[in-house]
Amino acid sequence: MKSLHAVAGALALFLAPTLASAQTIDTLKIMVPAAPGGGWDQTGKAIEAVVKAESIAKNVQITHVPGAGGTVGLPQFVNQWKGQAGSLMVGGMVMAGAIVANKSAVKLTDVQPLARLTGEFEVIVVPSNSPHKSMADLVAALKADPGKVAWAGGSAGGTDHILVGLIAEAVGVDPTKINYVAYSGGGAAQAAILGGHVAAGVSGWGEFAGQIEAGKMRALAISAGTRTPGLNVPTLKEQGVNVELFNWRGVFAPPGLKDADKNALAQAIDKMAKSAAWKAELDKKQWLGIYMPASEFTTYVAAESKAIEGILTKLGIAK
Amino acid sequence: METLAALGAGFALALDPVNLLWALGGVTIGTAIGVLPGLGPALTIALLLPITYKVGATAAFILFAGIYYGAMFGGSTTSILLNTPGESATIVTALEGHRMARQGRAAAALATAAVGSFVAGTIGIVLLTFLAPVVVELALAFGPAEYFALMVLAFVTVSAVLGRSLAKGLASLFFGIGLGLIGVDLQTGQPRFTFGLPELLDGINVVVVAVGLFAVGETLYLALHGAGRTATVLPVGGRLGMTGEDWRRSWKPWLRGAAIGFPFGALPAGGAEIPTFLSYAVEKRLCRKPEEFGHGAIEGVAGPEAANNASTAGVLVPMLTLGLPTSATAAIMLSAFQSYGLNPGPLLFQNQPELVWTLIASLYIGNVMLLVLNLPLIGIWVRILQIPPPWLYGGILVFATIGAYGISHSVVDLVLLYAIGAVGYAMRRFDYPSAPVIIGLILGPLAEQEMRRALTISQGDPTVFVTQPLAAALLALAALALIVPALFRRR
Repeated sequence: MKSLHAVAGALALFLAPTLASAQTIDTLKIMVPAAPGGGWDQTGKAIEAVVKAESIAKNVQITHVPGAGGTVGLPQFVNQWKGQAGSLMVGGMVMAGAIVANKSAVKLTDVQPLARLTGEFEVIVVPSNSPHKSMADLVAALKADPGKVAWAGGSAGGTDHILVGLIAEAVGVDPTKINYVAYSGGGAAQAAILGGHVAAGVSGWGEFAGQIEAGKMRALAISAGTRTPGLNVPTLKEQGVNVELFNWRGVFAPPGLKDADKNALAQAIDKMAKSAAWKAELDKKQWLGIYMPASEFTTYVAAESKAIEGILTKLGIAK
Repeated sequence: METLAALGAGFALALDPVNLLWALGGVTIGTAIGVLPGLGPALTIALLLPITYKVGATAAFILFAGIYYGAMFGGSTTSILLNTPGESATIVTALEGHRMARQGRAAAALATAAVGSFVAGTIGIVLLTFLAPVVVELALAFGPAEYFALMVLAFVTVSAVLGRSLAKGLASLFFGIGLGLIGVDLQTGQPRFTFGLPELLDGINVVVVAVGLFAVGETLYLALHGAGRTATVLPVGGRLGMTGEDWRRSWKPWLRGAAIGFPFGALPAGGAEIPTFLSYAVEKRLCRKPEEFGHGAIEGVAGPEAANNASTAGVLVPMLTLGLPTSATAAIMLSAFQSYGLNPGPLLFQNQPELVWTLIASLYIGNVMLLVLNLPLIGIWVRILQIPPPWLYGGILVFATIGAYGISHSVVDLVLLYAIGAVGYAMRRFDYPSAPVIIGLILGPLAEQEMRRALTISQGDPTVFVTQPLAAALLALAALALIVPALFRRR
């Protein structure tokens, strides 16, 4: 009898993935811890469209819990969505930063990373009439007197600020000495950069792409690890600044899930991320598909959280 | 010529049947809430903000602009027939308009108000069309120091010059600024005044404040003080429309009203109240029969109504080109832009030309619609005034509560809504102006951020505000605006 159980168990283990992948989720519940309209909401809606088109889930319910970079939604997800099969939360690098900055009691270690889905690299720009022709020029100015190089970007402690902090650190400048001017986002910072009121600007590529193409801003570097095809902008690493940064977005499962439920969810997302419909969605939104499955993503989130906490502490955001 | 081509493209889009429907919806809702005393376009747009999640930016702004314009038209109806201004900008209209109505000349008063609003509104929009691109050119020279100085000027004019009392105006303004500072600070990432509540980290939503002040506050006021007050709505008597004599006496005040109204709206001097009072004073002085003033002089309706509508178009100039709202309604429209991820300012014309020019074209269209709606349909608008207030405000309170809860499904928002409503009641009771609260709430944090950006860039050197000529000039103007009226009052 015992051996029979073992065989059945082994069989079940063997069959589980295939069974699960063949299964459709009845209702996929997605928490978007932000207001409708933003990047996380768009990610949630893209997931909805693809899982329906690919019959991975029959129904999708999106719940918005906006506020504080996701740190209002995160505790709700952990406490109220605990153990519920077929539940996801959208999140990303911004949330990792907000957890540190807002001293959130609930952390990303309290949820289960499922997959990294998309990302956007950052770009460092100067106005077209700026004396800085390359990243080396800007770095030289930064080293000479960090206070004189005013950077415009998104809110303090956000992705843009983190990147400037990492660049300063990488070139041997004290991150606390940087002169960072926070705007509500890259779009809001545009006027200050174009008007020459600051030395440089930092934001997601998409925010500045129009101005760069129009020749009003000069892109000095992108934060991606390698060059992007069709884009004649060097990376930071190429120019001797050893920094790589993605403003990544991914999905998380609630704590307390049964292993079978978690696997089913991970496989559903895996199937979705590898589908042609998802690829089409990425192209449509001009997102970079940087899919990373659950096991790698768990390590990645832990490393990112640690790096972000480190730099935010140095920048004086986390105390 | 470039402007005309852009405007043409805007018209092509605005004349799209769906957009025409949005404009029609906007002006209809706007007229209705303009007619109802106490309800304004700021509150209405605040309650309609959630539609920004569902419909495109162009449609939403056509709707909002229609409401803004419609309210100005509707407000005059109430002033004339009920002697209760539907809008603060139509207080002056009641002076002569209601007297005319008592003499059985309500139709003439309504007609001169409607035609005057149309004429001045159109002039205002033409000026907006050609002035906005010019301002855009200048606006890139505005850095943080200049923006800060400009906002200080707006604060002073909005609160100090507008209200009857400097102290009350400033108290309202600083209440708004105080509310605006709640949340995570953009420059340092640190939470301020949040009392450890995560719901407050993003600050207090402008909808909660606007709805609390205007809807809950007004309802409480009516419940506590308005009971038993039965309004008598005068019938729309007299020959429908205006006589030749009326036209002769009206056209000059219309033009003068437009000339006074537009600059007041366009400069960050804010609001439509001052130009309407000014226009009234000018007409009284210029009128050949000044003895008629106070007894139903048509000039006293024509001028202020024109001034009021022209200033509405003027307000859109700083709002679209600099992202600087100078009225409560414009402040809420600014937050609608933000919810689309759009940044009103010099780059809006460059990045979103379609949106901007369709919006401007729809103003022309809305203005024509309003003329058509207002003259023949006046009977319907009067009916709205006959809804018993308890029913009406009961309904408004329900809508307001659902609207505020709908923003983020947070109980904290509901508590705030009623707390701010209680403050709104007290402000109404003790005659504190409420518009500066909204201006302070939206502009206060912006001004603070610009100030700190300026100081960050200058590495802590405060002389940056006085060594740059533009900033220094604007701050000097603000000081003058504060001192000069005080001197006049003393005399």
